[in-house]
Amino acid sequence: MQMTVAEAIIKYMQEEEGVEILFGYPGGAVIGFYDALYNSTLKHVLVRHEQGAAHAADGYARSTGKVGVCVATSGPGATNLVTGIATAYMDSTPIIAITGQVRTSAIGKDSFQEVDTRGITMPITKHNYLLKDPGEALRIFKEAFYIAKTGRKGPVLIDIPADVFSAKIEYIVPAKVELLGYRPNYEPHPLQLRKAVQLIKESERPIILAGGGVIASDASAELIKFAEKINTPVVTTLMGKGSIPEDHDLCCGFIGMHGAAYANYAINESDLIIAIGVRFSDRSTGKVETFAPGAKIIHIDIDPAEIGKNVSVDIPIVADAKRALEKLYEMVEPKHNPIWWEKIKEWKAKYPLRYRWDDDEIVPQYVIEKIYEKTKGEAIVVTEVGQNQMWAAQFYKVKRPRQFITSGGLGTMGFGFPASIGAKIGNKDKIVIDIAGDGSIQMNIQELATASAEKLPVKIFVLNNSCLGMVRQWQELFYGKRYACTLLDVAPDFEKLADAYGAYGRRVTKIDELEDAIEWALNINDAPVIVDIKVKREANVFPMIPAGGSIDKMMID
Amino acid sequence: MQHTLSLIVENKPGVLARIAGLFSRRGYNIESLAVNTTETPNLSRITLVVNGDEKVLEQITKQAYKLIEVIKVNDFTGVPVVERELALIRVKSDASTRRAIIDLVEIFRASIVDVSDKDLIIEVTGDSEKIDAFKKNLEPYGIKEMVRTGKIVMERGLKL
Repeated sequence: MQMTVAEAIIKYMQEEEGVEILFGYPGGAVIGFYDALYNSTLKHVLVRHEQGAAHAADGYARSTGKVGVCVATSGPGATNLVTGIATAYMDSTPIIAITGQVRTSAIGKDSFQEVDTRGITMPITKHNYLLKDPGEALRIFKEAFYIAKTGRKGPVLIDIPADVFSAKIEYIVPAKVELLGYRPNYEPHPLQLRKAVQLIKESERPIILAGGGVIASDASAELIKFAEKINTPVVTTLMGKGSIPEDHDLCCGFIGMHGAAYANYAINESDLIIAIGVRFSDRSTGKVETFAPGAKIIHIDIDPAEIGKNVSVDIPIVADAKRALEKLYEMVEPKHNPIWWEKIKEWKAKYPLRYRWDDDEIVPQYVIEKIYEKTKGEAIVVTEVGQNQMWAAQFYKVKRPRQFITSGGLGTMGFGFPASIGAKIGNKDKIVIDIAGDGSIQMNIQELATASAEKLPVKIFVLNNSCLGMVRQWQELFYGKRYACTLLDVAPDFEKLADAYGAYGRRVTKIDELEDAIEWALNINDAPVIVDIKVKREANVFPMIPAGGSIDKMMID
Repeated sequence: MQHTLSLIVENKPGVLARIAGLFSRRGYNIESLAVNTTETPNLSRITLVVNGDEKVLEQITKQAYKLIEVIKVNDFTGVPVVERELALIRVKSDASTRRAIIDLVEIFRASIVDVSDKDLIIEVTGDSEKIDAFKKNLEPYGIKEMVRTGKIVMERGLKL
């Protein structure tokens, strides 16, 4: 059957990949694609800035486990996607970015709205393509989806010149993907597993470190079964939050710069770390040389390049987390570790996550606790980046994977709100909240128009401290309270702003207004809502291990 | 320590940019580079000389493997190989020095490929050390220009 490339790729995405939604923004080079969309049943969400499209596709992917798709035009459209693609790359989320390019004959001539999209996105995509030959379209799309969702997941970009969209092709989908240089290994090596089992047997203070890879491989159930069999505490990375319910007896919170003190003590005093789907980022380990000095490390990861990159590993296991955990569960003998647990319980009792109360001003941590309470811990929590992100991570205990969505690797301010739009579209039956700061919410505030147009009741809670809180905190602690360019004394009236965009808005300045406002927001179901909560400017995130520091430098509060 | 890596890659547009980009952003320096087709038309071989300890090399290798179009990475360090570079050297030469230079060319089994009244172009092939030595011997006469290829290597058939 003859059709245009634009029609063929839409058909392919719907029929072969089950794509239900695109997030995008039209432009000159993609008119041909949008023209094909006009008569299609494939739903398209019109964002108000391309960055929003990439984050929305990312939030959709993270919250559903499916591949998210975003579309932008050539030149500025493509460059506006860049932050979103890099965010997805750093956190290994599967998205497909389709960008328009100037027509084939105009490439390389500095034509209107031309940039080298493939060159720009090379270091921030798992793979990318410039689709010049219309006959290659379906092969490339099949490969792109396959690459995005297999192995270590990640973004794949396909750059398509305007004339290629309208070229006619036969609709023939290749039978299979043939990539000579891409064969991810899923099966753990039996010998390595036996060595791991032996180390687990010998260990006295074992700990499991679960990362985003556990969630990406849908290995939560296997993780819990395995951890229960060897009665071993589980700490997570920020990205691993939700891989085990945080009210589970074995769960000991998340480690790292702002992780719970007991989590950091536990991993640092352990004699064996069973690390699954983690990359030992600097925010997790602090100073690598002094990280868990007495521990041997079993490192399970789908990406061989992660093993030995940041820390030296004793037993490397290149495998899918799910398969490795299934095998390990069968092979290990039950353990109890009673002395170790006593120690951990002691740390938990001595150093719980806590914060300083204030009689006069609203404390941000308390706000998170109240949101947690009012949503019964069931909401999908999306965060921006900074203090709001860390408080949300510390005080919103999640129950399941894909419930906590945050930009961990790139740390992208402005991620949360568009990502929550994607999450809400993928999870119509769930409450989706965005925990924001007054800084980061303004970075993609234009997406209020998108959420209003789509009638998406995303709940934005702005922890408004009238400053760029995390940087302000560093300035207070490490730069002699010289608050250079971090105090946001002029801010929009978020109530009026919400109104202007057709959303609901409410301001909370007193603590006795808080619960009512949260309940009010949760009951809205026809439009986005902003609750602007004035919180204490000087509130800081603790515990804190300063960047590049060891656990002995931890500030508890 | 110096390592010679040989990468078999799919012969597709942009593949060299991917590899060069990977090396530069991960902070690995490329000392020498040679790229060409292989006996299989859709595959190219990239021969790279890089500096680094075992740990760095392991990372380079793994990161290179992550590129979809990289099919095979071989480290030829410590493996018996035939290695070659080619250099074209333009050296100052007049009637008074020509004979001495020709003697050097014969000793190094190089060849003179162009002559003028002011200079000669000499072509020399061999491993890096031979070319370095040849160049050093020519220096007193005045090297005006040198073009040198990246190193290429092939594993020896007979295991010693």
